[in-house]
Amino acid sequence: MINPRRGVVVLALLLGACASRQEGAVVLLPQPGGQPSAVTATQGSQQLVLDQPYAAAQLTSGGPQPYQSSAQEVQVQFGPALAARPMPPAQFTLYFVEGKDEFTEESKRLIDGVFAEIAKRPLPDVMVIGHTDKVGSDALNDPLSRQRAEIVRAALMARGIAVDRVVAIGRGKREPIVPTADGVAEARNRRVEILVR
Amino acid sequence: MRFQPRRMRSGLIAFSLSALILLDCAADVGQVKVLKGQVAVERAGRTLAAQVGMPLALADVLKTGADGSVGITMRDNSLLSAGPNSVLSLDQFEFDPATSEGRFESRLQRGTLAVVSGRIAKASPSAMTVRTPSAVLGVRGTEFLVRVND
Repeated sequence: MINPRRGVVVLALLLGACASRQEGAVVLLPQPGGQPSAVTATQGSQQLVLDQPYAAAQLTSGGPQPYQSSAQEVQVQFGPALAARPMPPAQFTLYFVEGKDEFTEESKRLIDGVFAEIAKRPLPDVMVIGHTDKVGSDALNDPLSRQRAEIVRAALMARGIAVDRVVAIGRGKREPIVPTADGVAEARNRRVEILVR
Repeated sequence: MRFQPRRMRSGLIAFSLSALILLDCAADVGQVKVLKGQVAVERAGRTLAAQVGMPLALADVLKTGADGSVGITMRDNSLLSAGPNSVLSLDQFEFDPATSEGRFESRLQRGTLAVVSGRIAKASPSAMTVRTPSAVLGVRGTEFLVRVND
């Protein structure tokens, strides 16, 4: 007859034997721009901080063990995972002529570049947020900010982005990028923000 | 006519909130953005074939085949991508787009994973973790890689 208590002990030993194998690894990548960053690896009561490019830890039953990885090793071990990275989300701003839903001359020149950037994404989620400066009432600025957003949305759709991927809304004068007193004309606030994911 | 005042009111409140919140309500916890080979999503006991553009829900488990890889974008702009023979689960995700506060926990049960942390980790360094069967990886504004052997 099997002694249940002994069974538990055997099972525990087996688990211990499995866990003594190396489970895996973690590698810190360099940050674009070289800003400091870190990842901590914690196993039970043991913690290792990785804070240099390609600093790495083997995850073992004895806790995280430090080692130094490299760009070459990372490509060999993680190539497909790195290749599957989505494009990072991006944000663009286009500016408008005062009181109108008409792009400024400078923004007109930028539009094609912005749309090309958005079109690089296979199925972009696009949020278009229209804003005005603080000249005029909400009753005036709310529809104007919406019109500005709609102009951008229409332009995106004209360039082949599906209608259900683009949300356009207007925020009126509520969210100025440059804070001003009410009634102040400020070119930087007459804008549409395009958030792409 | 059936009328649901509570739903209607919450709709109005949502409409008056920030634009970002609107987008984020519509977008679930994340979305499949990159796909190669065979990739499945296990959701509530069902197995679905992953597709580009597919919204992801909390507790989804992504499984890549021997030729598969998948890249996902989370609502806080975290980017996760898994190589072949990987099992990745999205265990916890809470995100307030207005403050960037929240919590994101994922778990690599097997395979390889590349991580670029997003707004949650930026707002609070302890709020994003990636787990392996035996380790907890804490994220401090970071790009990093994780491997879990078979």
